[in-house]
Amino acid sequence: MASLNVANREIVSGAAPISVSVHRKVFPPVGDRPAQLVLKDISFEVSPRSFLVITGPSGCGKSTLLNIMAGLDRDYDGSVDLGPARDRLAFIFQTPRLLPWRTVYENISLALPDGDPRQSRIAAMLERVGLGQAMNAYPERLSLGMQRRAALARGFILEPEILLMDEPFVSLDEQTAQSLRDLLLELWHSHPTTVIFVTHDRTEAIQLGTRILRLAPGKASVMQDVTIDLTEAQRHDRAAVLAEQNRIFAA
Amino acid sequence: MAPISTRIFSTPKPIAAPLGFTAVLERLAWMAGSLLALAVLWQLIAVYVQNKYLPTPITVFDVLWRESASGDLWINTSATLARVAVAFVVSMFIGTAIGLALGRFKTADKFFDAWLILFLNLPALVTITLCYIWFGLTDIAAITAVALNKIPNVAVNMREGARSLSKDLDEMAKIYKFGWWKTLRHVTLPQLAPFFAASARSGLSLVWKIVLVVEAFGRSSGVGYRLSIAFQEFDVSTILAYALAFILIVQAIEFLLLQPLQARVSAWRR
Repeated sequence: MASLNVANREIVSGAAPISVSVHRKVFPPVGDRPAQLVLKDISFEVSPRSFLVITGPSGCGKSTLLNIMAGLDRDYDGSVDLGPARDRLAFIFQTPRLLPWRTVYENISLALPDGDPRQSRIAAMLERVGLGQAMNAYPERLSLGMQRRAALARGFILEPEILLMDEPFVSLDEQTAQSLRDLLLELWHSHPTTVIFVTHDRTEAIQLGTRILRLAPGKASVMQDVTIDLTEAQRHDRAAVLAEQNRIFAA
Repeated sequence: MAPISTRIFSTPKPIAAPLGFTAVLERLAWMAGSLLALAVLWQLIAVYVQNKYLPTPITVFDVLWRESASGDLWINTSATLARVAVAFVVSMFIGTAIGLALGRFKTADKFFDAWLILFLNLPALVTITLCYIWFGLTDIAAITAVALNKIPNVAVNMREGARSLSKDLDEMAKIYKFGWWKTLRHVTLPQLAPFFAASARSGLSLVWKIVLVVEAFGRSSGVGYRLSIAFQEFDVSTILAYALAFILIVQAIEFLLLQPLQARVSAWRR
């Protein structure tokens, strides 16, 4: 089963890029609040195995865009074509969204399709994200950083073709966030996949992405679309990251 | 942002946390001591008053022994327990189904809310007499009457549970393709468990009290029936003996069944 999936993945990777095109997304009025235009005329393509960061101020519609891509929100004008990658999609949310009444192991096991071999695979994955000891712990007994590691493990265990991430490292102290970013890059390199990563943290955007899409505040549309050319070493170099940040965000 | 799960899950705290062995012993010792004190007080008052309508605890235990030896106690309590069990299961099942439906569908909730309030406040005596008049003096009528009293309580509780179901976890289950069975078993039911446990515990005490009334009114077996006979004879010792026996049984169910169950379903809590 596992080898078959890997074979499928190879075929899929040669497929057409993901294309997203949202003409209009409106939140219906709630109580006294009038209807609200969240997204307008946003369209872009993502080439396979790239790391796209979508950034912009809070409230600019980043998360909504991600929910639309994930198929969680179907009430919009436009179209999203994920191609065959659609079937191998993982989403890492802003909160870990683990089942508190299931252990870390069970949480990850539940994400795998029934019948897939799991035990050694999950153990290896948990070891990689540094949760080897916490396998049988309930999520609420772990720190937020560890819960987020478990959420990463749950996303990557599927060997996804497309990985959506919605500010997955917020409300962590800088050191923990940095170690999680390193872990993410490490997982991404050993398991190349198309990542679409939403954040409002500019440094994080530069450190992780191969391309940045900036959404304009208020206007709910694309303001800037740039490619980041940094080597692996430069991504860990504060000065290089800062220089790139100035180049992009000064515009 | 940090206390994520406490923000998402507004489930009621379990009433009794799992206790250690010494804590259980201490609690039992306190209980035994205080009950013994009550028995001693009762004995003293009864001896002082010397009235046949206030028997001493020793007389009551005597009657309990006699009823048990003749087999009456067992026949009556088992008849009552069977009715309690059926009425309990039926009302938990129907109440849960109604509660979940109302929690899920807003229009249904708006429409049926008034009905729910009506049934919540309908006196038990009214449902009991009406059921007997409409359906005859049968067990079906008796159990229907009990269930009609309990269902609204369960429905209100479970509606609260269904309303507080986490949309976040639902989306997670959708993304990771849980399917309906895995979602029900691992996502939905665990969120409803505390509400279900609360309904079950309050439900048991309500159901057995109403079952006795129903039996007194229109059945010819059961603890309620036996109490109504004792009432006609002003036989206070028998009334107290049966009351005592039933309190012991219900307490045993609570301690041996419901509390361990609740401790198990809330083991994951911090």
